[in-house]
Amino acid sequence: MKDKIFEPRILGFLCNWCSYAGADLAGVSRLQYPPNIRIIRVMCSGTVSPHHILHAFQRRADGVLVAGCHIGDCHYLKGNYLTMKRMKFLEGLLRFAGYEPQRLHLEWISAAEGGKFADTVREFTERIRELGPAPSFEAVPKATAIKVT
Amino acid sequence: MPKQIIGSVMVVGGGIAGVQAALDLAESNYLVHLVEKSEAIGGAMSALDKTFPTNDCSMCILSPKLVECGRHPNVHIHTLTDVLDASGEAGDFEVKLRCRARYVDMEKCIACGTCAEKCPKKVPDEYNRKLGMRKAIFVKYPQAVPLKYAIDRDHCIYFQKGKCRACEKFCPAKAIKFEDRDRDLTLSVGSIILAPGFEPFDPAVYDTYGYARHPNVVTSMEFERILSATGPYEGHLVRPSDRKEPARIAWLQCVGSRDIHHCDNGYCSGVCCMAAIKEAVIAKEHSKIDLDTAVFFMDMRTPGKDFEKYFNRAREEYGVRFIRSRVHTVVPDPGSENLAIQYVTEAGDITSEEYDLVVLSVGIEISPETSQLVQRLGIDLNEDGFTATSPFTPVTTSRPGIFVCGAFQGPKDIPLSVMEASAAASEAASLLAPVRGTLIEKPAEVNEVDLAEMAEPRVGVFVCHCGINIGSVVDVSAVKEYAATLPNVVHAEENLFTCSQDTQEKMKEIIREKRLNRVVVASCSPRTHEPLFQHTIRGAGLNKYLFDMANIRDQDSWVHQSEPAAATQKAKDLVRMAVAKIGLQQPLTELQLNITKSGLVIGGGIAGMEAALALAAQGYPVTLVERAEKLGGHARKLLAVWDGEHVAPYLDDLIGRLGAHPLITVRTGCQVKEVSGFVGNFHTVLEENGGRHQVDHGAAIIATGAEPYIPTEYLYGQSDRVYLNLDLDRAIHEHRQSIANARSAVFIQCVASRIPERPYCSRICCTHSVQNALCLKELNPDMEVYVLYRDIRTFGFKEYLYKEARAKGVIFIRYNLDRRPQVELTADGTIRVTVLDHVLQRPLALHADILTLAGALVVKDSQKLAKLFKVPVSADGFFLEAHMKLRPVDFATEGVFVAGLAHYPKATEECIAQAKAAAGRAGTVLARDSITAGGVVAVVNKPACVGCQACLNCCPFGAISYLEQEQKCEVNQALCKGCGTCAATCPSEAITLMGFSHLQLYAEIDEALTLQ
Repeated sequence: MKDKIFEPRILGFLCNWCSYAGADLAGVSRLQYPPNIRIIRVMCSGTVSPHHILHAFQRRADGVLVAGCHIGDCHYLKGNYLTMKRMKFLEGLLRFAGYEPQRLHLEWISAAEGGKFADTVREFTERIRELGPAPSFEAVPKATAIKVT
Repeated sequence: MPKQIIGSVMVVGGGIAGVQAALDLAESNYLVHLVEKSEAIGGAMSALDKTFPTNDCSMCILSPKLVECGRHPNVHIHTLTDVLDASGEAGDFEVKLRCRARYVDMEKCIACGTCAEKCPKKVPDEYNRKLGMRKAIFVKYPQAVPLKYAIDRDHCIYFQKGKCRACEKFCPAKAIKFEDRDRDLTLSVGSIILAPGFEPFDPAVYDTYGYARHPNVVTSMEFERILSATGPYEGHLVRPSDRKEPARIAWLQCVGSRDIHHCDNGYCSGVCCMAAIKEAVIAKEHSKIDLDTAVFFMDMRTPGKDFEKYFNRAREEYGVRFIRSRVHTVVPDPGSENLAIQYVTEAGDITSEEYDLVVLSVGIEISPETSQLVQRLGIDLNEDGFTATSPFTPVTTSRPGIFVCGAFQGPKDIPLSVMEASAAASEAASLLAPVRGTLIEKPAEVNEVDLAEMAEPRVGVFVCHCGINIGSVVDVSAVKEYAATLPNVVHAEENLFTCSQDTQEKMKEIIREKRLNRVVVASCSPRTHEPLFQHTIRGAGLNKYLFDMANIRDQDSWVHQSEPAAATQKAKDLVRMAVAKIGLQQPLTELQLNITKSGLVIGGGIAGMEAALALAAQGYPVTLVERAEKLGGHARKLLAVWDGEHVAPYLDDLIGRLGAHPLITVRTGCQVKEVSGFVGNFHTVLEENGGRHQVDHGAAIIATGAEPYIPTEYLYGQSDRVYLNLDLDRAIHEHRQSIANARSAVFIQCVASRIPERPYCSRICCTHSVQNALCLKELNPDMEVYVLYRDIRTFGFKEYLYKEARAKGVIFIRYNLDRRPQVELTADGTIRVTVLDHVLQRPLALHADILTLAGALVVKDSQKLAKLFKVPVSADGFFLEAHMKLRPVDFATEGVFVAGLAHYPKATEECIAQAKAAAGRAGTVLARDSITAGGVVAVVNKPACVGCQACLNCCPFGAISYLEQEQKCEVNQALCKGCGTCAATCPSEAITLMGFSHLQLYAEIDEALTLQ
């Protein structure tokens, strides 16, 4: 019997215009990658706030991938610049909190880069697999956001 | 005019120009027939890897436009279709078309690709320039629109040998139609726009370059495919002969351009210099080693917006080598498959370098097919086979009612093609203004189910097999069973094809029968199918936002083919996430805001006046504001356009037509003081003779022009023998004889252009100087005329002026920035110019009776107007458009457009095209009866807002304002584009992007990470 290998839980935030399309292209091209990732489609990588990412880690994500249009290609002109800044900030924050910053990964993936998407997911999954399960946070209550009526 | 006018337009050619023209007209409420000869629209741009000068991924920026074209109810795409003939006249043409058989039923094909997988016949792939293979049944490229397969009859085994039919056997949708036949079609259209594009030059005739013989000599178009992630080598930079990564690549410029020896193309193709620089830069980025790149060129022509900076960066930051030499021969090394290039250096030495790969920068020409087509249509061509047009009517062909845009008008790059496409659309829209909106489909009114019904979510889940595409990997029945157990789900079912017409009807029935108020479809990608399903649920009375998709094909079954258990689990998770998200979704309302159907044009030069007339011709009232007391701007001083036609008669006619137009109000001596409002509803305060009054308008066009740089160098202002080109124009006109008496004349190019303080090329000065040099030679053939230049940038057909000037004895001497010409006043009051001769490498002293300075064009105080309209300006002071490639006249702020020199230095014909384009684009706003706001937009929850204004600064569209009194921020729904950046920036999560709320995102995260 083989030892049961660790299957990490990975969350991917993909922007609608480039990276989500790149992920679709990976499918059209039948490029195979590990099935660990769960993808959340957002309009722009700039829609992903630090809160969302921290919440994912609180809910025991082993890794979080954020992918958007290449710098200069943003459908909304400059959303990905904000993403870049936020990711840098979060990386520092995670390190400060004693959390492995490698569990958060940012990648620019265009609509034509199906191969890059598959490679990114494959490499990121392996990296997280090597890191092992995320350290446990104390159970947190389900999030409450302010509801707009 | 004919008895009847028809409110539809045929656009010939589905490249970027044709697509832009089609979209503009469709948005302006005309019916468009977009005719494309190949299997899919997209044209040459779809095959490019990146685009200059922004290095945007070509497909990423093109694809949304193609999809929009494919979905637009006013655009009918006819693929595999040729135009046979057009009879009739402007306003009422009858067009005969031949639609070639596709052998695949477009209604049934689901583009799953099973047919191509099973097809045994491999064929060289034209899309990849035959560097790779496709099957005999194929889609042109993965992002093709329409995304439908086609059978290549010439290579299909069944058609050629009578046996096979593998595709038919395996097609899960029964879409193969071997009995399909070519059919003829007749259309009635009011106008025709020609955008058939170009053909890359075939360099096989350059015998000494060995293109046809050596695999490692490729064309620039082939190299684009090599670089592309969807190309034959999946974006790995390798050379064709042995798939090794090259360490040294050379580009040879002007292959099939500026050459009357190997071919008949005396013109400059205008795009190849920038394309080569871009390819060198991208190749360096791709390469894992320290790649050596060298571009062999004659003149480096980078006269477009931000092109010069791109060129500088390539040289200084990327280390691309630029070698000024026209290469004679490429010698293959039989042992290594490498290629030796022997060339003469600028110092006159013969040297040789070895390269792994040689790229020929091939020029642009018109295909024989296109020539035959336009001959059938009776259009006049110029000597090079492009459309014959006048600089004063740049998109008008010789046959009334037929317009032209893109590379078929003349060699040009993408932004100029897009600009002309909007200009051609504007011309067609003006012609057909009386019948606007008569042939378009009006969306049906639907009564939506009462909001109260939505309170308790009742979700229906439809899980799709997609034939075997999902079903062969994912256990669809298990996913359906699982979905039925989820909270709020009251109905779950599986379908062979959820997208088929009969399932759509069934879905509507089930929604009514089971009182569903939310729907989830687990199938393919929302990018392609969401609009279809939204349309269906809307038909059943549901708000279209009460819909979500789980992508269990493209992002699941197709990418985990050997892991059915994991793929099934993932499908369940994706369905659970979608169900949780949609349960939190409320109906989103879209509100309609009325618009003021009139325009404001700022600037009374050629661009402003042409824009005003074009907008008025579409039937909209226009106010034109000019700061000076007189109209005309700098054109008053301009003698002639590049082909020699005089400007003054055209200008008089233009001012006359402007004054006589009943819809145009001209206000001279008038300035813009205040601007408020937004697209469709601007309120602008004008100041005139000390008095103020307000103009309401729906769109604005900024055409405030530029100024000639007033030199402080080269004795300008200190001697009456020193001129600017515009001064010389006037002097030639007013003092003909004294100018003719001059014995010698010197032109100095790039005065204050292309220098570190002003790092842009002013684009028009080379042509203007060459033109004036010719003029002087004509006045006095014995006059000695010298042009001191850095690169001669007579792009396009203007190259013929340069050739003529050299033939007539004008002497061109090149100088470098570090050794600029010296100008001094001698004791006898004459001017002496000293310059280092680039051939002799010796200083030359030239006596100049006339010294002309080709000075830069500069923009002063554009900032003020920019602030008023909330639009940006570049570091050089020019107004900055929304996107340099595909939105050349739009601002990111909706409803505001730019034209003429205020955007960037450009020639008269380009100003006119851009002015018409701006009017065409403004027309797409004014044609609407109302603008739709709402839907997926950001909303501020005011009680939670602390008024920190972090959101205000991150919004690129100026959609957020701060309410001083309340100390809260507010989003203008009409301006918001729905990116959600503000929502993510708000520290108190007081902003929600509707449809992607924080609550929904948290729910999706929670469900994605729930352990099963």
